[in-house]
Amino acid sequence: MNLETMTALELGAAIRKGEISAVEAAQFSLRQIETYDSRFSCFVTVQDDILQRAEEVQKRISVGEYTSPLAGVPMGIKDNMCQKGVQTSCGSRMLANFKPTYTATAVEEIMQAGAVPLGKLNMDEFAMGSTSETSWFGATKNPWNAECVPGGSSGGSAAAVAAGECFYALGSDTGGSIRQPASFCGVTGIKPTYGSVSRFGLVAYASSLDQIGPLARDAADCAAVLGEIMKRDVKDNTSVATQGVNLDAVLHYDVKGKKIGIPTDFFGDGLDKDVAATVQTAARQLERMGATVEQFDMPIVKYAIPAYYIIAAAEASSNLSRYDGIKYGYRPEHVDDLLDLYTRSRSEGFGMEVKRRIMLGCFVLSSGYYDAYYRKALQAKALIKAAFDRAFERYDLILGPVAPTTALKIGENLADPLKMYLGDIYTVMINLAGLPAASVPCGFDRKGMPVGMQLIGSYFHETDILGAAHAYQQVTDWHKRRPAGLDNL
Amino acid sequence: MYHTPAWETVMGLEVHVELSTKTKIFCGCTTAFGGEPNTHCCPICIGMPGVLPSLNKAVVEYATKAGLALNCEITRYNKFDRKNYFYPDLPKAYQISQLYLPICRNGGVEIEAEGGGRKVIGIHEIHMEEDAGKLVHDPATNATMVDYNRCGVPLIEIVSEPDFRSANEVIRYLEKLKAILQYIGVSDCKMQEGSLRADINLSVRPAGSEAFGTRTEMKNMNSFKAIGRAIAGESARQIHLLEHGGAVTQETRRWDDDKNESFAMRSKEDAQDYKYFPEPDLIPIEISEEVIEQTRRSLPELPEAKRRRYVSELGLSEYDAEQITASKVLVALFEQNLAAGCPAKELANWIMGEVMHLLSESGKEPEDIPFDYGSLGALIGMVEKNEITRSTAKKVFKAVFEENCDPVEYVEQHNLKTVTDTGAVKTVIEEVIAANQKSVEEYKSGKEKALQYLIGQSMRALRGKADPQTVTAILKELLG
Repeated sequence: MNLETMTALELGAAIRKGEISAVEAAQFSLRQIETYDSRFSCFVTVQDDILQRAEEVQKRISVGEYTSPLAGVPMGIKDNMCQKGVQTSCGSRMLANFKPTYTATAVEEIMQAGAVPLGKLNMDEFAMGSTSETSWFGATKNPWNAECVPGGSSGGSAAAVAAGECFYALGSDTGGSIRQPASFCGVTGIKPTYGSVSRFGLVAYASSLDQIGPLARDAADCAAVLGEIMKRDVKDNTSVATQGVNLDAVLHYDVKGKKIGIPTDFFGDGLDKDVAATVQTAARQLERMGATVEQFDMPIVKYAIPAYYIIAAAEASSNLSRYDGIKYGYRPEHVDDLLDLYTRSRSEGFGMEVKRRIMLGCFVLSSGYYDAYYRKALQAKALIKAAFDRAFERYDLILGPVAPTTALKIGENLADPLKMYLGDIYTVMINLAGLPAASVPCGFDRKGMPVGMQLIGSYFHETDILGAAHAYQQVTDWHKRRPAGLDNL
Repeated sequence: MYHTPAWETVMGLEVHVELSTKTKIFCGCTTAFGGEPNTHCCPICIGMPGVLPSLNKAVVEYATKAGLALNCEITRYNKFDRKNYFYPDLPKAYQISQLYLPICRNGGVEIEAEGGGRKVIGIHEIHMEEDAGKLVHDPATNATMVDYNRCGVPLIEIVSEPDFRSANEVIRYLEKLKAILQYIGVSDCKMQEGSLRADINLSVRPAGSEAFGTRTEMKNMNSFKAIGRAIAGESARQIHLLEHGGAVTQETRRWDDDKNESFAMRSKEDAQDYKYFPEPDLIPIEISEEVIEQTRRSLPELPEAKRRRYVSELGLSEYDAEQITASKVLVALFEQNLAAGCPAKELANWIMGEVMHLLSESGKEPEDIPFDYGSLGALIGMVEKNEITRSTAKKVFKAVFEENCDPVEYVEQHNLKTVTDTGAVKTVIEEVIAANQKSVEEYKSGKEKALQYLIGQSMRALRGKADPQTVTAILKELLG
């Protein structure tokens, strides 16, 4: 049994069959963390009760209480999801001392399925960033090349799966924060339809765009995780009842006869040649498997970045106002008065990128500018949604790159935020439209860094996305490749 | 008068009313007033990271009811918005409120106008929102602490048109508003507990002028009397400014009732930009025609309709009808006894007389009526049947009011029934005549006063239990 190459579903099956215990699986993951985490810095917190939890889970599996295909499988949680009694920092000094008294619904659901959480995974501060460098706890590194970023903001989640420190992870995606790091780290990740996974207990960045989803070794694992967490939650007013994901349908999905559209606008200026070629090769592969692939125009795409950064920053400026030094979180030792308490708590507690977005958000919402920016952005959002609605009248899936480049060197983007924002060009419009989309490993660039293709589906068509991805992964092995050097450390 | 007739005061009101739903607007915590600080809270109402609001549907129902009772149009497609500002009593640093699509618009309330007649005060809009917590200053440690119990208690804000011209109109409107909201059971409207709070926008202008003057907004009045004083004070302040070549600054002012003057809090220039935007955590709420009609049908008879009916059908005076219908409790007291067969006018006289008298004497509000409502009717019934005299009834009512005793039992126990046996009355009066020969002589020599004295002595000897008319008749007969 080679745990290093096993998927979560394979490990779950082995545990159910008694070939390995949940405790042994947890011990394996702990060893992996011990071996690799000092190199990649994926975890902010490693829980101290992992083996007790694994024992408990094993007992419940043995008595037939936990029957999920994922029961007993060690996993990680992005550090913006609340877990009772466990530090939930959001990668920020502001919440470095924060332990919630409640648990996020998605975390609760996955625990109900018998998950063994290993700890909390690093991220860009408050999920703002595309590199996982803005964390108060330091940058996470890409297991494929430790000089490169893992992407972000769920960089810790993607890197931990790629490095084999956990079998799958929960991430969150506001403008590409699951898909882009999945692409950079060569793992499979999906952002489901907005409203299909409860946001209760997910520390908000941009409420109308945030969505929790899995990062895993393949599409089948993602489907299994979604199967557990896609549930209507009365604690989240925006959550909706869905049919969930049918794992069986994903495993037996046939792309034959499916229509796949490729927006020509996804292949314009700024797209790295290797990435373009790799994604086009993947499209031809899907064609060979029986899908029809066709190009179409989607000019509205050019409004996605400004619309996204206006809406996300506006909501963020409001969502992050509660961190004021009064009730919890960072507060300086001595303050003169209330204004000083507010000013210094926020100036010292937040990092640069967070402050930049708060200021941008306050600006676009302020009186006199609201109509020019925020209202316009909402109109653009509606147009983008309408354009996708029209596209899905013709296509079952839309295919394109996840990001214009592969993983960049650490520090390369930090100095130029605009350049970093432009890297979100292919992902943010999916959040604006509220659609589900996955990143699926489809090759490597000439430097040996992973490339992901983005598969976008219509609302609640996660089964189609993951089904097509699974079919693709049956005939390719990109998702099975492992970073060189992991084994001979 | 609080200003010279050369000036006219123009006012509009913003009234915040706490709705009496069992639980808060976005979580399951109780809305009960009081409680140890920070015991009526949960992660949701204190805005911890990652929590989300879940709308309490009863709040929408209550707000719809209030809107219909105040003759408003109900918005079919509702949204919530965020009002962003920093203050320690606001744990999320934004208040979930309604700016763009308030639940009610274009309503009105009829009141008695200053100088007679009736007028309608327009209601511009009503919106739903959440209340904030409270800052508590501890003088011992010189620390400011926060009590979040009130965070998330549902509020409606009722914004009137600038239709008020006097303090009396403002107070009548508030009394009517309070009565209506209490009738339909959406709020207890207790000013002392802050469940009804009014901010007053006030400006003055030369009488006859059409243009509005510059207005100020006044906060922090916690009784109708304080509102009266604040209006008088602010009108006088503005008139004095204008008459002495000054100008009114648009600003928010805080009324200090102890000092009987207002203080500037913040001017328009440093007014906050609340950066309103649609609340992304709550989906829009649609209110169907059906629900609106159902709610409309479920409304009880409202004060205005009752007032008219009391006058036209029951023959009450305009004044009595207005006063009784101004209080849900007085209406209940009135209607319960009316239904038990009490004559309407007699009942109204008792309520307006003895009940109001004892309430004001003991510093109580109608809400605090301490006796079983039926006791008043039972008492009036005894008077109607001549079982007790009117003066006995007043004494008995005092006991009923103070001890909530049963009036019939009380009359029995204290042997207060009217003596109906004229023979017995006659015997007592004969004794009085025998003991007061001097007065008898005086009466016979034509002094009417002496008769009054003898009546008084007889009533005293009878311990008030005889009808004075009977006593007078028997006296006259015996004195020949």
